Amino acid sequence: MHVVVCVKQIPDPAEPGSLDPATKTLKRTGNIILDESDSYGVEMALQLVDSAGGGTVSLVSMAPGGETKGLRTALAMGAADAILVSDPALSGTDALGTAKVLAAAIARKSPDLVLTATESSDGYTGTVPSQIAELMGLPSVTFAKSIVIDGQSVNVERQTESGYDEVTCPLPAVVSVTAGVVEPRYPSFKGIMAAKSKPVEELTVADLGLSGDDVGWAGGGQEIVAIEAAEARAAGRVVEDEGEGYAEIVSFLENLKVI
Amino acid sequence: MALDNVWVFAETADGAVKTITLEMLAKAREIADEVACFYAGDGDDVAETVGEHGAGTVFATGDIDDGLLGPAVAGALAAKIEADGAPDLIMLGTTYDGRDVAGRLSAKLGAPVITNIVDIEVDGDDVVGVEPVFGGTTNVKTKFTGDAVKIVLVRPKSFAAEPAGGSEADVEDLDVPDLGATGAAKVTARHVEETTGPKLEEAAIVVSGGRGLGEQSKYVMVEELAKLLKAAPGASRAIVDAGWVPYSYQVGQTGKVVKPTVYIAAGISGATQHMVGMKGAKYIIAINKDKEAPIFSIADLGIVGDVHKVMPKLIEALQGR
Repeated sequence: MHVVVCVKQIPDPAEPGSLDPATKTLKRTGNIILDESDSYGVEMALQLVDSAGGGTVSLVSMAPGGETKGLRTALAMGAADAILVSDPALSGTDALGTAKVLAAAIARKSPDLVLTATESSDGYTGTVPSQIAELMGLPSVTFAKSIVIDGQSVNVERQTESGYDEVTCPLPAVVSVTAGVVEPRYPSFKGIMAAKSKPVEELTVADLGLSGDDVGWAGGGQEIVAIEAAEARAAGRVVEDEGEGYAEIVSFLENLKVI
Repeated sequence: MALDNVWVFAETADGAVKTITLEMLAKAREIADEVACFYAGDGDDVAETVGEHGAGTVFATGDIDDGLLGPAVAGALAAKIEADGAPDLIMLGTTYDGRDVAGRLSAKLGAPVITNIVDIEVDGDDVVGVEPVFGGTTNVKTKFTGDAVKIVLVRPKSFAAEPAGGSEADVEDLDVPDLGATGAAKVTARHVEETTGPKLEEAAIVVSGGRGLGEQSKYVMVEELAKLLKAAPGASRAIVDAGWVPYSYQVGQTGKVVKPTVYIAAGISGATQHMVGMKGAKYIIAINKDKEAPIFSIADLGIVGDVHKVMPKLIEALQGR
């Protein structure tokens, strides 16, 4: 059982984000960490390999500046190795360009299963899983809340607006994992030490056989033309609760005639 | 200045056309001379409603049976575009299936997708999508460049759905080609989770709980208050990720967008990821013990206090009415 997990390294969401006015991309100067959304896919992959009785979990990631800190976190959780596609040409790459890069990197690993998050916490386009699947000619099941491998198939409970669907899909396949469905393990001290020496293969766009026209701003087919402050919502009245805070809410609701 | 034609992905739930579809149709007919829908199902089931909302034609695949909509609809649409040409813009809702279709279609056509948009600006042939970032404090405007097909994913509640008084739309067949391996996933069973009370996206009042509740068992306070106010219970991502409540309760960037008359945030600090999903509420009431919490910067009424003290008293006061 060989599982590839796509992971993204993002600026720590706990720190206020900002856009670089010159490049119009998200500033990546602060603390770069493993997107928490991806930790569920890593955990799911480790559990699946475990229950299959053997196999490996590989990571595939893309970052313009060679960042590896987030990858080391996932390696410390138990992933065996990683491919990091890093190239200055990647700056400004949109979701489709990202999918092209990831699909080309994934193909080198010939996995049985590809796991992703449903969306990244910074860009949150949510289209990359199905774009990867289409580019690789694979079936996909998005928004999985449970995944069970059954021989040459994967059985998935797929979140829907009204509940969930049971979906069965032959392998290889791409499955996106909903946050919160497994409890990502904390890397152990041993895991952290081991992660330092696990192989991270760094590749460029050219190594993958892609051209500069596929990625970056050139490959995007879109251009940011303006960054504007949105209409701000003004703060209202803030009251310290001295035991009567609830009464403020009651009278507020009364005034609105909703009670 | 207007576009010649726009195609809108029509989706249904429980046999009715979804609100997101009608919202997109309202915008589509504002920016385009001709509007068509594409639908995975029997076109006659939706022709009257989408026609009333401005669509002249419905391209319908017929029943997809146990297949997933993503590859089937994208495959059918790509084939049609290859045969008959592309519209000026394709609009899909930010839904489970909308994203799947958009992703597959984008990869098939080599076409960019501008995602999470809340508005579309058209100037001559230029199409610009407006996307809120950083919790809705900043809008990023992105223009399509190049000759590829233009695809947008639209956030729910971005436009007001209003009938335009049009007649029933014409139905045209949309053939699904052989999908090969990409169509191999099959639905074997569908489960509907019973919910009581109003739906989160449609409720006039929403009561949401966050990490400030302290532990899962305290979420019952949110449910009780919601029941008393005939409101829908919601949640921040933090407590969904923690497994306290199902994903379907999540309000925010990665969850549902709500625009109720009143939004009550209990023990929610107001991470940007949450705010983007609820700042469209008419009135916001926040209870949080940290007076520096960002939620207070957008709340009409902020109570700086312990949810474990304020909520029980509030529930008691409302029970007595």
